Amino acid sequence: MADAVAGYGPGTMYLGGGTNLVDLMRLGVATPERLVDVSRLPLGEITEDERGGVRIGAAVRNADLAAHPVIASRYPMLARAVLAGASGQVRNMATVGGNLLQRTRCTYFQDVTMPCNKRDPGSGCPAIDGDHANLAILGHSARCVATHPSDMAVALTALDARVHVTSTSGSRVIGMPGLHRLPADDPSRDTVLEPGELITAVSLPPPLPGRSSYRKVRERASFAFALVSVAAVLDTGGGGVIRDCRLALGGVAHVPWRAFTSERAVAGVAGDRDSFAAAADAELRAAAPLTRNVYKVALARNLIIETLEELVS
Amino acid sequence: MSRTAVTLRVNEATATLDVDNRTSLLDLLRERLGLTGSKKGCDHGQCGACTVLLDGRRVNACLVLAVAAAGSVVTTVEGLADGDDLHPLQAAFIRHDAFQCGYCTPGQLCSAAGLLAESSPRGLTPGEIREQLSGNLCRCGAYVNIVKAVGAVAGAEP
Repeated sequence: MADAVAGYGPGTMYLGGGTNLVDLMRLGVATPERLVDVSRLPLGEITEDERGGVRIGAAVRNADLAAHPVIASRYPMLARAVLAGASGQVRNMATVGGNLLQRTRCTYFQDVTMPCNKRDPGSGCPAIDGDHANLAILGHSARCVATHPSDMAVALTALDARVHVTSTSGSRVIGMPGLHRLPADDPSRDTVLEPGELITAVSLPPPLPGRSSYRKVRERASFAFALVSVAAVLDTGGGGVIRDCRLALGGVAHVPWRAFTSERAVAGVAGDRDSFAAAADAELRAAAPLTRNVYKVALARNLIIETLEELVS
Repeated sequence: MSRTAVTLRVNEATATLDVDNRTSLLDLLRERLGLTGSKKGCDHGQCGACTVLLDGRRVNACLVLAVAAAGSVVTTVEGLADGDDLHPLQAAFIRHDAFQCGYCTPGQLCSAAGLLAESSPRGLTPGEIREQLSGNLCRCGAYVNIVKAVGAVAGAEP
């Protein structure tokens, strides 16, 4: 690991499973001079910690994460989110670290013949007036309306994951939400990672009591990115009043969107359709849809309500 | 350094090749080893025509860098049969008319072989087979019979 991060320099990129990076290289979007294969570093374990949480090595393959008995039994929503993404072949190669760092699938970002403030700062954002039907409704800026495509990241955001990173300057832990940034004036940076920082693990606190779910709405039944997705945990203690709620949205923003406003709105109230609708409305008050993605607001609202109803029924 | 000597085990034969570091496993198999069974359908990991087994797991060979697969065991469609004895999936694809042009077929076979290795012993429902093979496209639309063929083998497995 020390060699891997010590070898970092300008033009270096870390290679996990390659399922996004090799594709971006082939598209000409990523142009590293040097790749450091981190997939075989000793970061491939999933271990339980003494508090009942779990530590997931960054090189764990997506398929192995979803199939691991501890994840499948204690964090089933995470397993479900991972299995909702990509294809069997991609899940076998993709790593946890790489999944977090995958780039937006905005068609302009992926097309080097197009202007793109993320790929080429200052060149403009053709998506704002163009092909944005599957792009952001929350947190976007005049510079960028891209969305983060990961399902796993939405689940981790709802589960209060912590991301462990290391570099030659030392190690630190970054919370989720918090790893990913809003575009603001500099969409070129998807995350708060500094150049050279390597994700080594993702840790989760002990699972909350209650039921959990991951729901994904998309144009195909499989192997397609979310239009909107919802990761939710709901604890009613067996009664009708909500003791705790965690909610995150995918497909709506540059980051996996933690719905703190919704969570506050349902805390301590009876969990029913009306309270869930009010919570969804409170969260989506901040939505600023684009011309061709207005449907996402209603879709997100309905999906939040339906998912939370499923968890109280 | 822009080239690397890579040693792989491919269909039970060892190959050592000097490759440009940017070479995909797919290009190594097709261009350097003459194993043209694996197909380049999209070169972006979206169609599954390049699916091979890498250390027993199905992967899109187009997105695997050859240098990253050094030391691994690769099985392509050419390696599924045992001499003249077809792999059960191959026999089932013939029996159930699960291909038309045949272009996606090597990828379908390797993906299905990988799926059967991944699955629990109880077998797979048709819906699960469809979901699990969603990374393999078929422009001829042979999906119905592909699912039947895979289901026949999955059901027959102990």
